[in-house]
Amino acid sequence: MQMKIRELGVIMAYGEKVLDHYENPRNVGSFENTDNVGTGMVGAPACGDVMKLQIKVSDEGIIEDAVFKTYGCGSAIASSSLLTEWVKGKTLDEAQAIKNTQIAEELALPPVKIHCSVLAEDAINAAIADYKQKKA
Amino acid sequence: MSEQATDIISTERPIYLDYSATTPMDERVVAEMLKYMGPESSFGNPASRSHSFGWTAEAAVETARKNVADLVGANPKEIIFTSGATESDNLAIKGVAHFNHKRGKHIVTCKTEHKAVLDSCRQLEREGYEVTYLDPMQNGLVDLKVLEDALRDDTILVSIMHVNNEIGVIQDIEAIGNICRARKIIFHVDAAQSAGKVEINLEELPVDLMSFSGHKIYGPKGIGALYVQRKPRVRLEAQMHGGGHERGMRSGTLATHQIVGMGEAFRIAKEEMVEENARLLKLRNKLYDGVSDMEEVYVNGDIDQRIAGNINISFNYVEGESLLMALKELAISSGSACTSASLEPSYVLRALGRNDELAHSSIRFTMGRYTTEEEIDRTIKYVRTAVEKLRDLSPLWDMYKDGIDIDSIEWAAH
Repeated sequence: MQMKIRELGVIMAYGEKVLDHYENPRNVGSFENTDNVGTGMVGAPACGDVMKLQIKVSDEGIIEDAVFKTYGCGSAIASSSLLTEWVKGKTLDEAQAIKNTQIAEELALPPVKIHCSVLAEDAINAAIADYKQKKA
Repeated sequence: MSEQATDIISTERPIYLDYSATTPMDERVVAEMLKYMGPESSFGNPASRSHSFGWTAEAAVETARKNVADLVGANPKEIIFTSGATESDNLAIKGVAHFNHKRGKHIVTCKTEHKAVLDSCRQLEREGYEVTYLDPMQNGLVDLKVLEDALRDDTILVSIMHVNNEIGVIQDIEAIGNICRARKIIFHVDAAQSAGKVEINLEELPVDLMSFSGHKIYGPKGIGALYVQRKPRVRLEAQMHGGGHERGMRSGTLATHQIVGMGEAFRIAKEEMVEENARLLKLRNKLYDGVSDMEEVYVNGDIDQRIAGNINISFNYVEGESLLMALKELAISSGSACTSASLEPSYVLRALGRNDELAHSSIRFTMGRYTTEEEIDRTIKYVRTAVEKLRDLSPLWDMYKDGIDIDSIEWAAH
């Protein structure tokens, strides 16, 4: 196995899964703000991370599609990318049940990056709340 | 060594653009140092008076002391060797404060100083001293009027760095020194980042104490020096007690090989500084010109009053740590620290009044003796690609493009 020193260094610092999501983020983009779209924007520029997560919900209450944009460190980008993959095909209740600890575990986030997974959980909850408010 | 480990070490390394963090030793420095290390070398203790091992080592130390002094226009007798600029800063600040505590207990410094200065001052505050931390102007320079207003009858020491380690700006130490002289206040300058990069002539400069580092100018790590002016004599209390080395100001066996290395590094710097600065300025300008036509790119710190090898740039709407990750081909540093313990961006950039987003978006590029034009060409390419990629991912970039003022939004700080 031949591994370049810089790749090794990045993997040691971030973990392979973070790196994969960071290098190849899934579901980057934005939806038109229509009735069946819920948008969650959380974080703050001053803190160094802002996540925007959008879900497209079917009439049956299933999340058909999800997209994100994130300003933040590699772990924040990876957390939001992973979450868009996870929520697709789920009901709103199922999506809401996803906990930050699951994200942190899947990505093997170090303790100093746990707040990135918390932010991702906040983002999906905010998107669901936004959708429900539109429908209410 | 296993086969795999050999592979790792033998493969390509990133482009090193972090010369303000440290520099490699110049090969000429390494060669000089080797003469004072092995069993067949001149390895003696410079303090040994009874045999030639000691005499040879002492002569080497004194040659090095002269080389260090020559670069900065000092008398060799004014150079005290220490373990590095951090120790020099500690010795200068605490040493002066302790010696002069009967004259007064007030110290003035700046918010953008190195932690070695700021934390020495914090320690003195715990001991009952009072410290004023000046706000710099937006360009990073100390406002002389603000400095003057901060001085009091009981001010005993002013400590201002010559060149800032993050933004590379050069303070007007002559003007600051004149203000201090007029009031008989001792003036200390941290010159870790300026020696060998900016002309220094201590024979004429109104500076009482100046800290130097070996490893910032192609010398070894673990060695530094403090200039302590002799006429008029500046007195300070030693921090390290023992054999009374270095005129009693810093006890401890002199590290001959380290000192020789630092001396050689300073000698080379004196010879090559002018030429090297011209070359670095060209590279710096090339790098800046190569990225500054992108939108929302800002230089941090004064662009003219700045050393040739430093450029600190904020790429707005891109977070610094993710930019570092995207730029893994480059060895650079960011002013952003995104950890749960500290979401605080660089205290230096914040002191300039930069908003947090810009501080979080900053990257420091520092070039040096071994930086090539080809490396800068590649750097420009890498940076442009990474910034574009991350802006495509950035919700803040979208908002900027849609004309939404980010400051008008109520963000929930977390």
